[in-house]
Amino acid sequence: MDKPSLVIIGNGMVGQRFVDEVVKRGLEGSWNIFVIGEERQPAYDRVALSSWFDDQDDNALSLVEQQFVEEGPVEYRLGTRVDVIDRKNQTVLLDDGSTLAYDHLVLATGSYPFVPPVPGKDLPGVFVYRTLDDLANIASWVEEQDCKSGVIIGGGLLGLEAANALRNMNVAANVVEMAPRLMPQQLEDGGSEMLSRWIDELGVAQYCGVMTEEITGDAQGVTGLRFAESEKLAEMDGIEDNQLGTDIVIFSAGIRASDSLGRDAELEIGERGGVVTDTQLVTSDPNISAIGEVACVNNMVYGLVGPGYDMAKVVAERLAGSAIEDGFAGGDLSAKLKLLGVEVASFGDNQGNDTTTDIVFVDPVKKVHRRLVLDENSQIVGGTLVGDTSGYDLLVAMARGQMATPEEPQSLVLPDYVGAGSASDMELPDTAQICSCNDVSKGDLKEAVANGCHTVGALKSETLCGTSCGGCVPAMEDLLKVELANAGIDVKADICEHFAYSRQQLFDLVRFHGHTSWSDVVAAHGSGRGCIICRPAVASILASLSNGYVLDESQAGLQDTNDRSLANMQRNGTYSVIPRVPGGEITPDQLIELGQIAKDFDLYTKITGGQRIDLFGAQLSELPAIWQRVLDAGLESGHAYGKALRTVKSCVGSTWCRYGVQDSVTMAINVELRYRGLRSPHKLKSAVSGCTRECAEAQSKDFGIIATETGWNLYVGGNGGRQPRHADLIATDLDDETLIRTIDRFLMFYIRTADKLQRTSVWLESLDGGIEYLKEVIFEDSLGICDELDADMAKHVDTYKCEWQETLESPERLSQFVEFVNAPEETSTPVWIRERGQKAPAPAETEELVIIGGP
Amino acid sequence: MDNVVDLTDRVGTTICPLESILMDTGVGALVDGQPVAVFRLSPAVDGGEEELYAIDGIDPFTRVPVLSRGIIGSDGDQPIVASPLYKQRFNLVNGQCLDDDTVQLKTYDTAVVNGMVIVGPTSQA
Repeated sequence: MDKPSLVIIGNGMVGQRFVDEVVKRGLEGSWNIFVIGEERQPAYDRVALSSWFDDQDDNALSLVEQQFVEEGPVEYRLGTRVDVIDRKNQTVLLDDGSTLAYDHLVLATGSYPFVPPVPGKDLPGVFVYRTLDDLANIASWVEEQDCKSGVIIGGGLLGLEAANALRNMNVAANVVEMAPRLMPQQLEDGGSEMLSRWIDELGVAQYCGVMTEEITGDAQGVTGLRFAESEKLAEMDGIEDNQLGTDIVIFSAGIRASDSLGRDAELEIGERGGVVTDTQLVTSDPNISAIGEVACVNNMVYGLVGPGYDMAKVVAERLAGSAIEDGFAGGDLSAKLKLLGVEVASFGDNQGNDTTTDIVFVDPVKKVHRRLVLDENSQIVGGTLVGDTSGYDLLVAMARGQMATPEEPQSLVLPDYVGAGSASDMELPDTAQICSCNDVSKGDLKEAVANGCHTVGALKSETLCGTSCGGCVPAMEDLLKVELANAGIDVKADICEHFAYSRQQLFDLVRFHGHTSWSDVVAAHGSGRGCIICRPAVASILASLSNGYVLDESQAGLQDTNDRSLANMQRNGTYSVIPRVPGGEITPDQLIELGQIAKDFDLYTKITGGQRIDLFGAQLSELPAIWQRVLDAGLESGHAYGKALRTVKSCVGSTWCRYGVQDSVTMAINVELRYRGLRSPHKLKSAVSGCTRECAEAQSKDFGIIATETGWNLYVGGNGGRQPRHADLIATDLDDETLIRTIDRFLMFYIRTADKLQRTSVWLESLDGGIEYLKEVIFEDSLGICDELDADMAKHVDTYKCEWQETLESPERLSQFVEFVNAPEETSTPVWIRERGQKAPAPAETEELVIIGGP
Repeated sequence: MDNVVDLTDRVGTTICPLESILMDTGVGALVDGQPVAVFRLSPAVDGGEEELYAIDGIDPFTRVPVLSRGIIGSDGDQPIVASPLYKQRFNLVNGQCLDDDTVQLKTYDTAVVNGMVIVGPTSQA
């Protein structure tokens, strides 16, 4: 008999979590499963929606692998809407005219942004803030209209995120809130006032307690807001004639359950919306369940992802035949977040009532407002924290009754309460929840550590803790440290068993003693033959200090996989070749020649994210011939294989662009040529933007340069990757010479003091005193080492040579590039397939080694 | 290549001059048609002698013949090499994988005759 059908409507965060829970239980064996999603993208991390503006990459936020969508056990129909649920025939009618039968239907349609019926709400330039498409539309409107100022209607959580997004696009943000204060749901007057002070400082204007009567404008777009007459308006800046001018309006006035399908199908609907379910999430039709923001359980609709995930689990368990007895036990609306860089938390009963009392701590200088709500027995039942959320985990555990409130709770309201803020605190019970998005308790984490997860990464993949909003990661780190220490596992900074020194100590030793080879270093400071950790670390230190040829006899055996062959080894043992393209500027002749080389050697060709060209699929023995051709074309090594400077991206700048204020391409080329070949603890990326529009994405780089009218702003410590981080502004309006000197010192200080494989971002965060300390070192010479840093960099610049040039000049060095020394004419050949007109490695499971004869 | 191998007369295969293997690195070679990784290690202790090892050249986890390009090192007093792909470590003396008990590589006898490195036959199946 054919399997029954499970149809899931909605592919948001909760809908996708439900799919994951279902697949985890192997239900695809007994059900045919269909997912229907209205958005064209598969599920993405809506909690982190605003981070889309960092790189405008839809895929970065995705919660599901493209391959799973295309080939997984679940059939996805994206960009498709369900028009009608036909309960009698148990089918759904799709907007493409087709129907799909279901045996069980799960509604996970989420919610939609509420737009109040204000005249002008449909004018061009009026947006909501909910989906990736919304954000893309906002970004292009801002760009096309060259928006200078914008209004967000709604001063809640999302509204403030939208304000920050506008701010980051250099649009002056104005928040309009009907209630008398910001975040009226989460904060009380005092906390909200403190938040308001933080936000003032960021230059975001606030208009609270005002009613929008009309959005003004015409077919060209919005021009402003007109407010209802009110005495308050007279005191507010920027308002004339009850009006506030604006180039863009974003609604963020709350959400409503997307329950129209349920309404039309005559399912029971809650008083304030949402499809009514029992605690097993079954609706008034036993063949239909509802989960997430569309479900109304016990008269509550939950607008947070954590409760939605719990619901997904309850339904998956039920379908698997092992229903959780109590079903969905109700969600917790506690939350800790960082809004525009301000720490804000709200938990438990945060508003209080007649029987509760408040304890409040206010520090107007540091802009901290902490308030705890106590019941008549002096037990903590809730609270709000602004500006300092330390102790949040403990306080939440107390508000939930998982641990007793201490005798004198007033100490807990202080930000520096000893022991607060650390999830590993002995007092915190194992049942306390650390990750509310994925319901991971302290006990779960302890168990995972005991089972061998000794890094944050391992804990994340084992428990999912910290994989949604990431807010609990610092708590995880603390807990990990304490658990490892309790278990007697050493967390000392030694780089490995062969050297009892940190990388920084080893760097100083090598520099002081002037060592130039592994054998000197290991004889003086280490033991044994080393390993894959210390050998490349020493290689990097030697290269940073002496700039010698990395494949010399004394250093060749230290080099990690890619440095060893001056090329990047791919998973089938072949290599990729990336020539340097300084600043991303390349002549047509060079471009043609690279194409010709790729054709002649049958290399898969791809444009990199760093404005270069990557040629894949070269055999070890082909590398010299390929590089000879590359060098002949006037290009050189790109050091893509090294922990070294990679690329300096640039926009076209004032040379071409209507908006550019400085020549960003020339600056990028100068910077790239200055630091090319500089070996460092980890790879280094940079970019130069010719104006504040920041098209080169400099703020995501280890060091990023952005032109101003009078010079350059320098940002340091940014990176993309798994844990993206925006760079911090270290200096403004620098002239060319000062800019370069500042970068010289920043890089050399990093190379000297960072841990092995530590990016500048993590290094900067680990510096005691952070960016301010770094400024003292670089600009005030607080350590008295600036002369040394300058000299070290000057030496690097003077002695740079292209490693491939050096290799090709020496027959001895070239002899390293053969696969079989006793049969140089033979090579092994991996299995290739053709894909989209180019070659590619065969999928791993089909791969088998084939030895063939040479030419 | 001749397909017929006379097993009775299976002596070693000449690989290359010793000095053409850079100290503490490996080279790839073909022995009886099979990829082999040959490593030259500096003396383990002061006044000791150089050491030479040969193991199967194919990374058993990926079936890619790149083990000769791995980084050598030591685990305790045992010489090891780490695969350049996913860094699993192998004992150069007995071929045992340190990260997976069930995996052991073939090892080969080695010798230096008149300055030439000789490898084979297999010393352990």
